Amino acid sequence: MGLTLAQKIIARASHRKRVEVGEIVEVDVDFAMMQDSGGPRRIGATMEKLGVQIWDPDKVTIISDHFVAASDTTEASILKYTREWAKKYRVTKYHEREGICHIVPVEKGYIRPGMLYVGGDSHSTTAGALGCFAISMGSTDMLGIMVTGKTWLKVPESIKIIWNGKLTRGVMAKDMMLKTIQKTRIDGATYKSVEFTGEAVDKLPMDERLVLSNMAIEMGAKAGMIEPNDVVYAYLEERNITEYEAVFSDPDAEYCEVLEFDASSLSPMVALPHSPDNVQPIKETEPLSIDQAYIGACTGAKYYDLKMAAEVLKGRKVSSRTRLLVAPASSEIIRRASRDDGSWRTLHFVNQPEFSWTNGTRSRSDFSFACDGGSIRYNRENY
Amino acid sequence: MKVIRGRVWVFGDNIDTDMITPGQYLKLTPEETARHVLEGADPYFPSKIRPGDIIVAGRNFGCGSSRESAPTSIKQAGIGSVVAVFFARIFFRNAINVGLPVVECPDAKKIQQGDVIEIDLVKGVIHNISLHETYKITSYPKIVMEILENGGLVKLLERKLGVEGRKNV
Repeated sequence: MGLTLAQKIIARASHRKRVEVGEIVEVDVDFAMMQDSGGPRRIGATMEKLGVQIWDPDKVTIISDHFVAASDTTEASILKYTREWAKKYRVTKYHEREGICHIVPVEKGYIRPGMLYVGGDSHSTTAGALGCFAISMGSTDMLGIMVTGKTWLKVPESIKIIWNGKLTRGVMAKDMMLKTIQKTRIDGATYKSVEFTGEAVDKLPMDERLVLSNMAIEMGAKAGMIEPNDVVYAYLEERNITEYEAVFSDPDAEYCEVLEFDASSLSPMVALPHSPDNVQPIKETEPLSIDQAYIGACTGAKYYDLKMAAEVLKGRKVSSRTRLLVAPASSEIIRRASRDDGSWRTLHFVNQPEFSWTNGTRSRSDFSFACDGGSIRYNRENY
Repeated sequence: MKVIRGRVWVFGDNIDTDMITPGQYLKLTPEETARHVLEGADPYFPSKIRPGDIIVAGRNFGCGSSRESAPTSIKQAGIGSVVAVFFARIFFRNAINVGLPVVECPDAKKIQQGDVIEIDLVKGVIHNISLHETYKITSYPKIVMEILENGGLVKLLERKLGVEGRKNV
């Protein structure tokens, strides 16, 4: 019996020829990410007590995104602590005010196909879009990884999700995921690794691939993976990354479930309050007036999203009764949107949205809450 | 630690972390919280526990909010191990990391209240002494055994670094 993408990467990281589903194995971590909220400030005291260095500072990135820009002195002191901790422990891949912790490591070229990646934040599965096994862990696990460079994990079962056909104009990866989650429900992939494949997946631009892996968490998955293809190779080449070993599932790999969907008949979808699996096509939804619209976070405000939003708004202006909020996922995205094709001009200058760019827009929810009537969020969850 | 023997208390499916450590006790110390463990599922449970007793539950034990106090308080209460059909992922990791042996057993529901069972973590079997039955479980690799035998991940690191000076383990 062949091996899935997840099994192959775990086998390599555990120095074994093959691993079986359900086994618990020790693995070497290729790369690790921590952020300012659950990272250094949670493990710093124990690291100090242990009197130990990070196993390999070059394999660690720390992203301050939850508390930027600081809104009070407590947040400012957390940022200061994180910044100084990174310096003390020789982590040169420290990024503050550069964007969200799931997007920055991808943009910087830290994430490569075939890696075993662990992030100290729930949506760390995002990196799976480059063909790596990317999972989320809590502070104690991250402490163990920082000290030893190793962790343990259970080899997950895999679900294969096939999207056949081509997406039509105006239909995006987010719609694919809402449709998928409607089918699996929010716990349908608990413990499991999800592999996305099919013609529609293969044709997605990088920004959109990331949405599939990111939202795999919303169906309870441990990892959301996509085999690398030319889109990934070109993305890495732009960043001068040439050293990696792409991994693919065997044709006879075993999946506990295979789900097939048709992209060509998919229309824009919406998740209604208060769960990501309460999904229906927008055309079947009762018309509602929108008081506030939010385009943001690591799922919903990458370059491709801004470009699509700008296309919708081109030659139009947001109604005076609606507040538009935009929180691009990284500063690289802002630079690209303002340089490339006027997307930024359409969004920022013509429509003058309220504007922010931090992960805090989700962790503190101080940006995307509406207290009056209808709020629509182009985000990844709607709890 | 390699073999755990004890008397069984049976619980059902979907025992969540709020039943294990009810929200109103979260500000207490682990020792204090342990005196209220699982009150959310059985209000008299804390008074029934004898050290070394084993909890056997159904599916999805430890679901809900990812509080590390849940496995900590079970351990502090003197419970030797928790066996379940399967655990919520974060609870499973938290439990190992605080040194509570959690064991997944597809046959967990065959075990009855009051049975005496013997869990062999390395061989990967549970012997039900009362019913004369044997069930298969996933065996633990060395890394997990080391964490459990040392009472948790942090304690393991402390011991290793204490022995090996300031070098990385």
